[in-house]
Amino acid sequence: MQAMAEEMDRDDKVMTMGEEVAQFKGSYKVTEGLLERFGAKRVIDTPISEAGFTGMAIGAAMMGLRPICELMFWSFSYVAFDQLFNNAPNVRYMSGGLANVPLVVRGPSNGGTSVGATHSHTVENFAANTPGLKVVCPATAYDAKGLLKAAICDNDPVFFMGNTILYNDTGEIPEEEYIIPLGLADVKREGADLTIVAHGRATITSLKAAEVLKAEHGIDAEVVDLRSIRPLDEETILTSVRKTNRVLLVEENKPFCGVDAQISHMIQEKAFDFLDGPIKRVSAVDAPAIYSPPLEKLQLPYPERVVKEALEALK
Amino acid sequence: MMGEHDHVITAYRDHGHALAVGMGMNECMAELYGKYTGCSKGKGGSMHFFAPDKNYWGGHGIVAGQTPLGAGIAYALKYQELKGSCMCFMGDGAVNQGAYHESLNLAGLWDLPVIYIIENNGYSMGTSQERSSAGEILAKRAEGYNIAWDICDGHDLEEVRQKTSEAMARAHNECKPTILEIDTYRYRGHSVADPDKTYRTKDEIAEYQRTKDPINLYREKLISQGVLTEAEAKEIDKAARAEAEESVTFAEQSPFPPTEEITRDVYWEEDNPEHKVSQGRIFFQDPPVEG
Repeated sequence: MQAMAEEMDRDDKVMTMGEEVAQFKGSYKVTEGLLERFGAKRVIDTPISEAGFTGMAIGAAMMGLRPICELMFWSFSYVAFDQLFNNAPNVRYMSGGLANVPLVVRGPSNGGTSVGATHSHTVENFAANTPGLKVVCPATAYDAKGLLKAAICDNDPVFFMGNTILYNDTGEIPEEEYIIPLGLADVKREGADLTIVAHGRATITSLKAAEVLKAEHGIDAEVVDLRSIRPLDEETILTSVRKTNRVLLVEENKPFCGVDAQISHMIQEKAFDFLDGPIKRVSAVDAPAIYSPPLEKLQLPYPERVVKEALEALK
Repeated sequence: MMGEHDHVITAYRDHGHALAVGMGMNECMAELYGKYTGCSKGKGGSMHFFAPDKNYWGGHGIVAGQTPLGAGIAYALKYQELKGSCMCFMGDGAVNQGAYHESLNLAGLWDLPVIYIIENNGYSMGTSQERSSAGEILAKRAEGYNIAWDICDGHDLEEVRQKTSEAMARAHNECKPTILEIDTYRYRGHSVADPDKTYRTKDEIAEYQRTKDPINLYREKLISQGVLTEAEAKEIDKAARAEAEESVTFAEQSPFPPTEEITRDVYWEEDNPEHKVSQGRIFFQDPPVEG
């Protein structure tokens, strides 16, 4: 919210729209306070109409406005697939560079909240597969603020994948302004025995697993939080791999064409000689998101499963 | 008719609109040939002519995909308190797409200065209007969204001009949308892939050409009013054909884009490195494209 307020202060072409963002203060209260501060012209409640209002935001962005579209769930982007995955990334290219789309689309992109299969998607892999789009997945409130500011200032379409669990993160956030550039990963925990690469909520899961690995197995795992999927910080990943020689990838995407499929290919291509064993991977179990809460927990990466795969990676 | 803040966006049958806003035949023809001298450097092709400097926002391939964009252009004008309009052209085939209805709701709800112009040629690809669309007059669906609508004969140039200017006045002065349906025709098939042998008769096409061709009718009108002579009309035709022929030569002689162009014009940031803030890798093909 701070990020949006700062940017809305700085540039009056920045505005935000989405379902329940204004009077309801945002379905997760992210936009609370914006309506009072900036008024109804710049904080707009939309009807339930994803193709309409995201397409409208794209058209407005072509004209030079800088809209921040909120999706209540990134799952709802599927309703707007043509606009978000066909128009937003392609308008610049098809015009030979004459147009650009400085749009931000943000919303929670996660499962694990017992809302069933159609509401539980993690959409970053579709975005990452689309040239013309940029996509970021912050795991902490600190990263979220810095990345959102960078996204708003970016002149290309940026898909910002938040996380409902993130919204409860009460981490320290500095008062002063800061930006985290896209394309920079972050080592959230240093270690010499194993590289764990993760993004989004899987980063938090991996950090918990790393505690267990240390306490119960004496293993020091390094946790690399991607933060930015496209563009991607390959160097930080590779530096870690060269140090530890063992890799475990953790993601909440489903396996086929999940983000980690690309990371795995990249690591074996660029650091093959540094690997002491095959790259291991924990993805979501490959089925639609189940409703039943205890099974949903098992379907997504959880610390015990990450620990188990980590030990496999170290064999 | 277009003022400083009047904008145009359309679907894939965009060559006429492009020429109408002032794009050149050379750049358009070269684009069709996929040449580097094309208006989109050969990257867009037939369906994607753009000229933002002329307030022309393409050229869009997905049926009705441009209708939310048109609402967005109008929204941006209103947001910046500019007196203008967005003329969003579409075909009769587009009126059944969901995105169009979402756009109409937004336009009607928020009073957007967008003019949805339905170029109704009676067929969406190969399917006639009566077999595709429920309800008789397509523009009349506006009533469900509290939007003004009108309908006119596309073969009468002056009627089209009159009705369009009424819609523009509504956009400029009241900041409200309009749906304007223009009844017209299409001589050839939907695209080169359409042999046009199954869904209408040759007689139907010939009859329209004989009695309702808008250019023929307007020329006859000008001649009968003494504004134009037969000879002058022939000259205009000849000059236009010559210009078109020259554009073919221009296109044929133009080079294709160099290979490294495949990954340019994708990201504004990559194309403007002096302003680049992001780090990391943004293109993922291995090996990188060679020049």
